[in-house]
Amino acid sequence: MPSSPTRGEGKKESNVLAYTARRIVYVVPIVISVALVCFLLVHITPGDPLVAVLPADASQELAAQLRAAYGFDRPLPVQFGLWLLRALHGDLGNSIATGRPVLAEVMRAVGNTVTLAIAAAIIGFTMGILLGLIAGYFRETWIDKVATSFAIAGVSVPHYWLGMLLVIIFSVQLNWLPAVGAGPSGSNSWAWDWAHLKYLVLPAITTSVIPMGIVTRTVRALTGDILSQDFVEALRAKGLHELGVFRHVVKNAAPTALAVMGLQLGYMLGGSILIETVFSWPGSGFLLNSAIFQRDLPLLQGTILILALFFVFLNLLVDIAQAAIDPRIKRG
Amino acid sequence: MSELPLTATADAALQAAPATKARGYWATVGRRIMRDKVSMACALVLLLIFLSAILAPWLGLEDPYKGSMIRRLRHIGTTGYPLGTDELGRDMLARLIYGGRLSLVIGILPVILAFCIGTSLGIIAGYVGGKLNTAIMRTVDVFYAFPSVLLAIAISGALGAGILNSIVALTIVFVPQITRVAESVTTGVRNMDFVEAARASGAGPFTIMRVHILGNVLGAIFVYATSLISVSMILAAGLSFLGLGTKPPEPEWGLMLNTLRTAIYVNPWVAALPGAMIFAVSICFNLLSDGLRSAMDIRN
Repeated sequence: MPSSPTRGEGKKESNVLAYTARRIVYVVPIVISVALVCFLLVHITPGDPLVAVLPADASQELAAQLRAAYGFDRPLPVQFGLWLLRALHGDLGNSIATGRPVLAEVMRAVGNTVTLAIAAAIIGFTMGILLGLIAGYFRETWIDKVATSFAIAGVSVPHYWLGMLLVIIFSVQLNWLPAVGAGPSGSNSWAWDWAHLKYLVLPAITTSVIPMGIVTRTVRALTGDILSQDFVEALRAKGLHELGVFRHVVKNAAPTALAVMGLQLGYMLGGSILIETVFSWPGSGFLLNSAIFQRDLPLLQGTILILALFFVFLNLLVDIAQAAIDPRIKRG
Repeated sequence: MSELPLTATADAALQAAPATKARGYWATVGRRIMRDKVSMACALVLLLIFLSAILAPWLGLEDPYKGSMIRRLRHIGTTGYPLGTDELGRDMLARLIYGGRLSLVIGILPVILAFCIGTSLGIIAGYVGGKLNTAIMRTVDVFYAFPSVLLAIAISGALGAGILNSIVALTIVFVPQITRVAESVTTGVRNMDFVEAARASGAGPFTIMRVHILGNVLGAIFVYATSLISVSMILAAGLSFLGLGTKPPEPEWGLMLNTLRTAIYVNPWVAALPGAMIFAVSICFNLLSDGLRSAMDIRN
């Protein structure tokens, strides 16, 4: 499980507000470093960044002119400063391949990725919570073994291959669902009706298996831990019915489970490239793919920056939400 | 006077020692994992895949590069081609077995490299502490700001396609994760009495880290690293699947899956085979890592 082992620094904080403030201040250097990494990615690229627009027989002068026009002739720190300044104003430059503003292109694609991630989250988290609770309640029984096997298969399966399998079964063999795309009229107009939703089914199921596996494992471990604690024994001894005990389990497991799910949502938003490629889903991952292969560097830079910032802010939100609902973090 | 009974008990304890302390820690772990049926089954499957990949040239297989236009996309079970042929008429069985060579290397090598680099960085950060710790761990935090799939694809996308670049990209993805684990276990060990004792007896920081810390943290970091192999296999093949890793005509599972994608309408089950190999290796490593983790948890 690639989740972070140390999270929620500042558990000693006396209240949520102070914690929130500290956590927000801590995000600033992270955001700047993330921007720096995104910026530098382009400069470790072998070859001329203009290779995508420049004709092979272009003259030296033309190359120099273009280089100046894109600002590639200035020293690196200056370029970074200018880029950051413009990025703060929402200007990430224009795509070299299409000439359109990067920000608009990325935001339109991100919308589709969010649709996919939310659908996958609904499936994956529901399945994960259910399987995890069942496995935790019936530990070391065959029910637990079945649920755990599902979870392990979910985190071990190459999801792009699972996508292919689903296409083979449901599109090629049964002809029930469309194999690629995001709607009957191409990709530009998404709507929440069946004509569009059936395009979402296979990519969403494919995306949901990893979060399903990880949430199952987390909820199973949490449930098992909580049920083996003394206070549960005491509650049962006092005559509390199982539903009441279950309420306590949910209350105690919620903060950690929510944190894991928040992180998973972030992974789904940022890691959708393989699945979007399999299903030709017109999201941010698909955009990233074309940016890489057309060597469209401003687009590559912008897409990675925006996806990483999404992830950073989602992490921030998760940490603050966790501090707000978990009384142990408040009390310190 | 009071020393006498003490010595007597110590002597008694010493005599009793061979009976109670029969094995070392790792021997116990080894014995526990040998008894775990699931782990052993996974180890056996992995051993088979590894051995066939290493011994591929001596198994009497078809040439994995030799295609033929007249026998493209044969079905599974065709005589002479037990697993069919691919879109260029090359024998799938040979390509799957030969494919293991590259696939396993690009999947496992990044974890090994990251294990070496991350363990060193984490132990130094955890033991030395102070400004060096801050510098290393804050840099690690920056990499944690990227989802790992995005980071891997961004780096190898920027570096360009190629086996070496994809190994570099994946190593960069895993180093921060291993560093974080190594740092946290080292911080837990650094103030223990035996480290204090080594320091008091004049051992230098390098000796302490190498001899006293490393031995006590390596197990935990190793288990964590083994759990990353499954992710690494999926990501490495994924990079090739996108066209960022291996280049044709090299047999490699991710790339084979990519080139066979067009064949899913003609011969879907042959097209799905390379993914099954990735899945098998990935799930075996995951289960083996789980088995190792619970075998090392002696208290239970």
